[in-house]
Amino acid sequence: MTTPTTHQEPVILEMRSITKEFPGVKALSNVNLRVKAGEIHAICGENGAGKSTLMKVLSGVYPHGTYTGDIVYQAEVQQFKDIRASEHAGIVIIHQELALIPELSIMENIFLGNEPVRRGIIDWAEARRRSLELLARVGLREDPDTPIKEIGVGKQQLVEIAKALNKSVRLLILDEPTAALNESDSQHLLDLISGLRGKGITSIIISHKLNEIEQIADSITIIRDGKSIETLDVKADGVDEDRIIKGMVGRTLESRFPDHTPKIGEVFFEVKDWTVGHPQVQDRLVCKGSSFHVRRGEIVGFAGLMGAGRTELARSIFGHSYGRFISGRVFKDGKEIRMHNVRQAIDAGLGYVTEDRKSLGLNLLDDIKTTTVAANLRAISKNFVVDTNKEFTVAEQYRKSLRTKTPSVEEGVAKLSGGNQQKVVLAKWMFTDPDLLILDEPTRGIDVGAKYEIYGIIQTLANQGKGVIVISSELPELLGLSDRIYTIFEGTVTGVLNKDEASQESLMKLMTSSRKSA
Amino acid sequence: MNALKKLFGGNTRQFGMIFALVALIVFFQIFTEGRTLTPGNVINLFNGNSYILILAIGMVLVIIAGHIDLSVGSVAAFVGVTVALAIRDWGIPWYMGVLFGLVLGAVIGAWQGFWTAYVGIPAFIVTLAGMLLFRGFNQFVGKSNTIPVPEDFQYIGSGYLPEVGPNIGYNNLTMLIGIVAVAFVVFGELRARRNAKELGAEVQEGWVMATKLILICGSILYATYLFATGRPGTSFPIPGLILAVLVLIYGFVSSKTVIGRHVYAVGGNRHAAELSGVQSKKVNFLVMMNMSILAGLAGMIFVGRSTASGPFDGVGWELDAIAAVFIGGAAVTGGVGTVIGSIVGGLVMAVLNNGLQLLGVGADLTQIIKGLVLLAAVAFDVYNKTQGKKSIIGLMLKNFGRRSEELAPDEITSTKEVISKEA
Repeated sequence: MTTPTTHQEPVILEMRSITKEFPGVKALSNVNLRVKAGEIHAICGENGAGKSTLMKVLSGVYPHGTYTGDIVYQAEVQQFKDIRASEHAGIVIIHQELALIPELSIMENIFLGNEPVRRGIIDWAEARRRSLELLARVGLREDPDTPIKEIGVGKQQLVEIAKALNKSVRLLILDEPTAALNESDSQHLLDLISGLRGKGITSIIISHKLNEIEQIADSITIIRDGKSIETLDVKADGVDEDRIIKGMVGRTLESRFPDHTPKIGEVFFEVKDWTVGHPQVQDRLVCKGSSFHVRRGEIVGFAGLMGAGRTELARSIFGHSYGRFISGRVFKDGKEIRMHNVRQAIDAGLGYVTEDRKSLGLNLLDDIKTTTVAANLRAISKNFVVDTNKEFTVAEQYRKSLRTKTPSVEEGVAKLSGGNQQKVVLAKWMFTDPDLLILDEPTRGIDVGAKYEIYGIIQTLANQGKGVIVISSELPELLGLSDRIYTIFEGTVTGVLNKDEASQESLMKLMTSSRKSA
Repeated sequence: MNALKKLFGGNTRQFGMIFALVALIVFFQIFTEGRTLTPGNVINLFNGNSYILILAIGMVLVIIAGHIDLSVGSVAAFVGVTVALAIRDWGIPWYMGVLFGLVLGAVIGAWQGFWTAYVGIPAFIVTLAGMLLFRGFNQFVGKSNTIPVPEDFQYIGSGYLPEVGPNIGYNNLTMLIGIVAVAFVVFGELRARRNAKELGAEVQEGWVMATKLILICGSILYATYLFATGRPGTSFPIPGLILAVLVLIYGFVSSKTVIGRHVYAVGGNRHAAELSGVQSKKVNFLVMMNMSILAGLAGMIFVGRSTASGPFDGVGWELDAIAAVFIGGAAVTGGVGTVIGSIVGGLVMAVLNNGLQLLGVGADLTQIIKGLVLLAAVAFDVYNKTQGKKSIIGLMLKNFGRRSEELAPDEITSTKEVISKEA
């Protein structure tokens, strides 16, 4: 069936001036989205642009009343109070992280929360008949009794779609459906989604893989900084990857950076052919033969999309704290160093500030002074006894120099704002006096003013002759801060650009394809 | 109310528990017509509960680290019977017996620590197995018989400080310990205050500290008086002395040393601790091992007190110790708790037990009341946590409206993959 894109085409969904605020952050402001019945509508935007938030508003994760604006679905204004309500209306969202239960079978997962019952007892015969039917529709040839954990991610994705079909879905939302899939699984999934279009199912797809969007989408809405920028008609407007990228990044550079003249020295840190396996999945590699180097006083950016393997690369180098080490060598000051645990990495002069402050970076039960010294207790203890006076002095010193806003260093870190928490984490690592500090998304969840201060701290560290690696999803941040930028795609370093030759477009190109730069 | 809180500092639960303990003592003192705070009863209370309190010291560290130990009663019984047999059959002196018991405890602890820390089996399972295992060993080794221990070994469980020096009507050593303790508390508090002032940290107002010192020293001196004026031949009990020494050591280790910090770090957020260079496996191993050493000690004290080891020693101890720790302010999720809090928690249970007994309340009702107290204490904690740790006064003034704060999307990061990293 063809889908003529005329203005008479009925609109299945219209979201009108949706605004969603979180304490201190405006995640969405006046976003408009018009989805025509029977099309595949892609939503594009950088990480943090507000795509997922918009879909959460639509699916009732953020219930009616927590946002402003209207959702008109099938010609009626909807006020979903939870996911069940939106599913009842035929809107099903499939999240990036699959919501399947690994121990249960395919059939049990498909009917989870929606079990066919006869007189209060689950009718497994009926469930089996229907699951075979659904599996045939999504093209999955597996015994419905197979446990989910025994089939690959690609097939699990198909089970998710079967589950959605079972709920008589009218509007299917897919959040990064192919992020974890390999080439052929992705292709199969895309074909399936295209096939569903012919069967009266409208799809909204969020993806970073622009080539896929170009391939299957009928229209594209671009979201940037929580605002809907434009809606493109793929065929009529002749949209290609470059056009999408332009829409995604085409903002004026509003984030400012402190002035900084880099004092770059010689290469002192080098990683060669770094290859690491996924911690659970046997054959999956998260880093494939990555090599890079850092000079003294240099701020090196790592650009890559979410899931590209930036964090995995950093953490596996930092004392093998992620994944299964397979091969690779690390050199510091010309000598090869081996780090088998985090302690050794810290001793070797490395520091790593995690992207996930709350679950990996902080003990939220601790106060500021305890956190500040946590990675270097040795420096303030004698015969294993912690000198609490020194602890206080050190914490106080960093509070002043980093201008952390807190009534006292005895305050719990849980009470601080994101920016101040990040300063405490930075203080913790500065106190270990590292030669190389890896900062993973150092400004995530931080307001603009604090960002500026964090940039200043990073530049100061570089001026002291330390190497700094900054991993960030925000390209303007990398462009403004780094002296040199590596791009990473699917676990591999795909290129390196100097500050003067890098632009958002050139980086985005290297980040979204395996095309090696010369 | 706020001033009261300032007086005791620390978390609300601990403050609440000290308050509850005092209230309980006063209550029973009134309703038992003064039979609670008599030298005989207080000495009895300490003698009958010191081994549970010793277990609570080990247990709080286990719980802070995020685990649990269900095997302590069985381990205590097994160590007790083995030591009793060793003294009887090998004829080793009592002190060698104690040493042997501690080493045996360490070996058992290494076994449980190995499975918990290095194999990664939840401590609940490891120690549930240990509970069966060591109870069986106890009955196998002792052939389910009662094995008596010689009198010099009984000293560690039922001895008292000896009389020395001139007879002044009080036990001199007990008085000395009391006075030293008071001096220690006053000196320590003044020094901490001076240090804090020098560093420019916040210091308590003078009257707060003075009141605090008067209250603490007053209680110490009153307790000293009670212990020193018991019937002839009794004074401060040896198990109480061992307990006091352990409280000092473990209180210091848990709050002031590197390993203590690491225990809290691992329990508070294991992944963050690991990324700060803490070797969490080693910490977990040591914590489990330490628990079994203390369980062995508790078992020996109990054997000394009851003059013989039996096949049903230590049944249900783990539950008393765990209850003490939770009443004393530890969190089920780990990372929170103090040694002193657990001792207070244990004393709340002990005073409750003792008072109800003096009032002639039956064992059935006593259990019901103890169960409710435990539930109420932890419910208070859970409620506090969901409210974002309000002070008691804030709790009372607060209107009970339902409000949940959403996190900004940036704050909810999707690093499931990273978190699920297990070595």
